[in-house]
Amino acid sequence: MTDKLKRVLTIDRTTRDAIVAHARRDHPDEACGVVAGPIGSDRPTRFIPMLNAAMSPTFYEFDSGDLLRLYREMDDNDEEPVVIYHSHTATEAHPSRTDINLASEPNAHYVLVSTRDGAEADGTPIDFRSFRIVGGEVTEEEVQVVDRYADDPDATPKKAEH
Amino acid sequence: MAEVRIPTILRPYTDGERAVSAAGGTVAAIIDDLEANHEGIKERLLDGDDVRRFVNIYVDDEDIRFTGGLSTEVADGATVVILPAVAGGSR
Repeated sequence: MTDKLKRVLTIDRTTRDAIVAHARRDHPDEACGVVAGPIGSDRPTRFIPMLNAAMSPTFYEFDSGDLLRLYREMDDNDEEPVVIYHSHTATEAHPSRTDINLASEPNAHYVLVSTRDGAEADGTPIDFRSFRIVGGEVTEEEVQVVDRYADDPDATPKKAEH
Repeated sequence: MAEVRIPTILRPYTDGERAVSAAGGTVAAIIDDLEANHEGIKERLLDGDDVRRFVNIYVDDEDIRFTGGLSTEVADGATVVILPAVAGGSR
């Protein structure tokens, strides 16, 4: 892939709202999941909420069996994890030291949502932020919420790419 | 020989290959063979004599944590999948 370093996460409102709703539903435990998209498209299209096997207010981890099924499914669909999201329920929506140490998808947008300070309630403002985590380096990026994705031919997977 | 699926983050060790072949009758032997051809990869998988806590290894779809760890048998033609955990925490 010849992706340039991306500085923006473009995400449709329905998917963004689904991530927020998941974070609120699982509060005070951390919620986690993936939004998959066609390889190389940088377009998060398939919302996949995951079970937090740790069921913890301070930690999240996909169940190892779920993880294998998820990656197989994405492989079969020529998808990749465009967004990997999780919530912090008592701290800010910024990657923690643990998040940084464990980040293993250099091409993904790491989305963090914080449900602290009452933000677990529907209709309240909520922090929704996106980061790149590459080799221990964290770079925050702009989040652009769109009603729908533009009809961009570059967003469809190209057979020649792999 | 087994087919070993390599996750994105470890593909720098395999010249970008998504899957490589490795020989060995157990996961431990497979990892040694991987190391022989892709130097440095073993350290990313093992912490001393154990698989790293946040690395998942599956042999024919079974997580080796439940099938004998590094001594899990790998049959000829088996598929070994390596997946880093998707995990984190607020602390």
